[in-house]
Amino acid sequence: MPQKIIMTSEDIRRTVARIAHEIIERNKHLNDLVLVGMRTRGVPLARRLATNIKTFEGINVPVGALDFSLYRDDLDSLGLKPMVNSTQIPAEIDGKTIVLVDDVLFTGRSTRAAMDALIDLGRPSIIQLAVLVDRGHRELPIRADYVGKNIPSALSEEIKVELVETDGIDQVSIVTPDNGERK
Amino acid sequence: MTTWQEDGSTLLLTPRSGVTTSVWRHHHILDLDDFTPEEIDLVLHIADAMKDVLARPIKKVPALRGKNVITLFYESSTRTRLSFELAAKSLSADVSSLAAASSSITKGESLVDTFLTLQSLGADVVVLRHPQSGAPELAARYISASVINAGDGWHAHPTQALLDIYTIKQHKQSLKGLNVVIIGDTRHSRVARSNIWGLTIMGARVTLCSPPTLLPSGLSSASSWFPRVRVETNIEKALQGADVVMVLRLQMERMQAGLLPSIREYIQLYQLNENRLALAKPDAIVMHPGPMNEGIEISPEVAHCAQSVINEQVTNGVAIRMALLYLLTRSKKA
Repeated sequence: MPQKIIMTSEDIRRTVARIAHEIIERNKHLNDLVLVGMRTRGVPLARRLATNIKTFEGINVPVGALDFSLYRDDLDSLGLKPMVNSTQIPAEIDGKTIVLVDDVLFTGRSTRAAMDALIDLGRPSIIQLAVLVDRGHRELPIRADYVGKNIPSALSEEIKVELVETDGIDQVSIVTPDNGERK
Repeated sequence: MTTWQEDGSTLLLTPRSGVTTSVWRHHHILDLDDFTPEEIDLVLHIADAMKDVLARPIKKVPALRGKNVITLFYESSTRTRLSFELAAKSLSADVSSLAAASSSITKGESLVDTFLTLQSLGADVVVLRHPQSGAPELAARYISASVINAGDGWHAHPTQALLDIYTIKQHKQSLKGLNVVIIGDTRHSRVARSNIWGLTIMGARVTLCSPPTLLPSGLSSASSWFPRVRVETNIEKALQGADVVMVLRLQMERMQAGLLPSIREYIQLYQLNENRLALAKPDAIVMHPGPMNEGIEISPEVAHCAQSVINEQVTNGVAIRMALLYLLTRSKKA
């Protein structure tokens, strides 16, 4: 299957830094901010954003990890049995500004599940969404506040995000099936 | 409140645990004898996440929305039944409970017909406790819903064994090479039997300590088919070097059956008291599946001492059962 690299590690580094700047610009009170990574690859991205914010502004922003598998609505239709991991949010989220962080925004169903999971943990005052890649094909009225890169894609294609922390390499690629037909 | 630097590293470690749901093969939970160590690890891993849910202000997630869980108990039970019901409710399943005494069973409906009725009513999971060994397996043969054995006769009580293993793991990290002593009526105990399977699968060594009349028949020479199980009728010898001491309830019926001369003699020879517990390792934990007869198989001091994890077992039971319900309702039928 042909695979085309769309973002290199340098691209990812710059993009994450730019999103960190945008988060700083949009949120005057950085002390009220909590970054929540959506498992699995949202977590290292959230952590990188926090490192950048620390570098730019000298403020430690708490980072959490959210497992939303128990909130998914596609379990039965896909016959999926996702792994359930712990949710670890190191700070109170009541009244806070939460930035949800994910690698790819696609149908929006993960984001919906993550918001449900988050709201069961408390009552944030604002929830924002940051994604490394927006590939389109939304099935729900959801949009991201911070987008690393828009990658228009066909439904048959796969957007593959790899990060050093989880996959040993920083890279975003698009995988097209051989015959170009839907999988 | 922790900052990102302190916990950031641990956050990154957890998703790489290597535990995956692809190892799961079960559609029913009848006993632990056909479980792999990987499957047990998976249950324990998911139970951790479930325990987080139970610790939250809103103890409910929508994972099993629209699923029917029916508990069918032909024997009395407090904690197992409540634990299953709470577990199912925390996952947003609809729970219906049927006690044999108030059901059509009193009108003479057969066991198989009862199972088929539950199936027709749309059960996704049937939790069954029955005095007859093998009843859950019979149910599993007739219905396509998942069957969970909540205790059948002398045979098995797999969810109790899993919550015991989970509790041990929280205190001892790993079960490999641990010395677990099970004291009491091991002959009639489904808890002991399932624990022997589960504990040995996870690499622990099990010592059964019972009066000779209350040992499983044939097990005195069982080392051939249970390499990690040994039998020691002397409690003082059995407790030497124990990491975990599991005490079983002494059922009063055994006295009537002539298997024990008197309760007083049992207390004298087999009660876990402070002096005897001192023979185990200093950091040994004390467990009991409940309900306890304090003052008979266990002294009240030991039952409530710092080494006792008996109340933790009950709490862990809900998390374990949530994990099992999740895994079963997510498994694809062949």
